[in-house]
Amino acid sequence: MNLLPLIEWLDRTPGSIAIRESILLYPFIETTHVLTLCLFLGMIALLDLRLLGFGFQSVPVSQVAGRLLPIGLVGFGIMAVSGALLFYSGPLRAHGNIFFRVKMTLMLLAGLNAIAFHYGIYKRITSWDTSPVPPARARLAGFFSLLLWCAIVICGRMQAYNWFEKPPGA
Amino acid sequence: MDLLQLFQWFEATAIGTAVRESLWMFPAIQCGHLLTLALLGGAVLVVDLRMLGLGLTAQPINELAAKVHPWMVAAWAGIIVTGIPMFLSEAVKCFYSPPFWYKIGLLVLASAYTLTIRRRVTAAQPDSRRAAPVALASLVLWSGVGFAGRWIAFY
Repeated sequence: MNLLPLIEWLDRTPGSIAIRESILLYPFIETTHVLTLCLFLGMIALLDLRLLGFGFQSVPVSQVAGRLLPIGLVGFGIMAVSGALLFYSGPLRAHGNIFFRVKMTLMLLAGLNAIAFHYGIYKRITSWDTSPVPPARARLAGFFSLLLWCAIVICGRMQAYNWFEKPPGA
Repeated sequence: MDLLQLFQWFEATAIGTAVRESLWMFPAIQCGHLLTLALLGGAVLVVDLRMLGLGLTAQPINELAAKVHPWMVAAWAGIIVTGIPMFLSEAVKCFYSPPFWYKIGLLVLASAYTLTIRRRVTAAQPDSRRAAPVALASLVLWSGVGFAGRWIAFY
């Protein structure tokens, strides 16, 4: 499937050009995207640390997950909207960027990891809710979540650098 | 020596020069700065949100703040340690950047506020009427630091 014609069309839409060329709007969207990291990854990381047995060991896992995940999901919503706008402001540039592609792939993996956790070991939460160090499968889910989201942040930051992009016309 | 000369000296330091002349060091440090931002933000937010009646409401404020404190201090140290080499590599640009000065001012304020007023209030197990304004002030100060920080790249 060749997405390039669609990407090129999107790149030429007035909205895309307007954000790309704006003096204030682009920095505002970018800043929102970066700062919401605290709300999203901050909450996810605290849950992951609990799953790994590194922090909040006296707080039941179901409490950390139940109370912090909704807040993290609000953060995810803001990051998704601001991220979509950032993509919209330069679809052609993102399309040819290896870091963007790796980032999207890793986000898919992070989603699968979260699904596997929630429909797997978390279904039996009652048997390990208050364990200071959760079972191996829960620790593994926390480890992969931290690893993947750190890699996603790194890819997102690196997307600004066009080290591996083909020069125009090449 | 005036301030600009001091900043020129910063930029000429071995660390500043190494980071500036390297292709990958600045991006790599930026990544570390962002990751510690997430942890610092998370550690600050979870207590501020608790004081606003959100999040881990079943935990007493003083216990939660004490549990999070080491993570917050570690993340704060990490963000400073990653911030300094980036600053050194472009100190003169920072000297002429208004967001940089706002960021430094707000960083000093936010850090001092967190370690004094906010720490004393969280330790005293405040009721919601007393906790909410303290949490809001913390959110405003730290958001300001992050916001101004990101804008150093733009202005």
